[in-house]
Amino acid sequence: MKTVSLDGAVVPFAEGQTVMECALAANISIPHLCFLPGFLPHGSCRLCTVKIDGRLASACTQPAMAGQHVEIDTEELRQVRLSLLRMLFVEGNHYCPACEKSGSCRLQKAAYDEGMLDLHYRPWYPKRKMDASHPDVLIDRDRCIFCELCVKASRDVDGKNIFGISGRGIDTHLVVNSKSGLLADTDISAQDRAVEVCPVGAILVKGRGFEIPIGKRLYD
Amino acid sequence: MIRLATCSLAGCFGCHMSFLDMDEKFLGFVERVEFDRSPFTDIKSIGKCDIGLVEGGLCNEENLAVLKEFRENCAILVAVGACAINGGIPAMRNHFSMDECLAEAYLDGIGIENPQIPSDPELPVLLQKVCPVHEAVRIDYFLPGCPPPAGAFEVLLEALLKGEKPELPRKLIHYD
Repeated sequence: MKTVSLDGAVVPFAEGQTVMECALAANISIPHLCFLPGFLPHGSCRLCTVKIDGRLASACTQPAMAGQHVEIDTEELRQVRLSLLRMLFVEGNHYCPACEKSGSCRLQKAAYDEGMLDLHYRPWYPKRKMDASHPDVLIDRDRCIFCELCVKASRDVDGKNIFGISGRGIDTHLVVNSKSGLLADTDISAQDRAVEVCPVGAILVKGRGFEIPIGKRLYD
Repeated sequence: MIRLATCSLAGCFGCHMSFLDMDEKFLGFVERVEFDRSPFTDIKSIGKCDIGLVEGGLCNEENLAVLKEFRENCAILVAVGACAINGGIPAMRNHFSMDECLAEAYLDGIGIENPQIPSDPELPVLLQKVCPVHEAVRIDYFLPGCPPPAGAFEVLLEALLKGEKPELPRKLIHYD
């Protein structure tokens, strides 16, 4: 059987598996955000960056190959992850005390796990348009990390193709596939996978104000 | 005796309240620490200190002046709480222009009588953007949370009083 070495552990893999998939199957943790089992990975957040035979690569897109030496839990990679997380935080407006996703937010959890205490960089304080036009679902674009999970879930699971990512660099933003560009003019529902799959507080179901008390939330 | 100063800039004093939430452990610190400028002592000017705790971000020129004074006088400066670290709730005004904010608060808001924008010379001039303290001065340590739990203050101060680098355990790291 073909194997890879993950931080020294010899792990078997099946043909076609990525490094991330083979680590998950072996219960070895590689921090990640935009990767979710069941969705095609595209390595946009880079949080799953590992060192494979001396080169940095995103574990979610890199195919596992026999004899690979993968480094995951090293000080160098911890610093890389910390920098990536800090950049994700400063590129958006992540005011956790005012966000309903707080406590269940995967960006927040990833930053806790890496021991992120400060931003280090200068916050951008972007001004992106909020979309509260729909009666049940709202979009706060300032919290979007462009993981594209909603894009894939809406297209591939819900069969509605409501979301897309548009623009480049600092102008990258989440767009809605309707004539007006507003969520109200789509057939999105609060039960859609595209809504549930958002790892941060960018797509939220309305009317659910801080339902779970602090201390009992997913990542408390 | 270790000298400690604290201040609240663009904050809500919630971090100071959380500091006091150490309850009886606070008494243990008081035996080893002398408070300099702080809302606890009501001393208005800062002397040479070993440790400075800064709550709140920067929203006006007075905040900036106080922060610089703290940096000049404190050997170790700690940014305490979400507002000091990322601007926090006050930084949500960065989404709007200064004119929009002032108009909403003092001219166009519901129930305003005699609308006028305050211009008393004693009022500090507002900064165009609220920003975290690390944008203006070097910060040595950060204590996240809104507010940081009392236990986080305890871990921080115990380490600093021993001359060690504080290491917050995972369970004491949260941003809300």
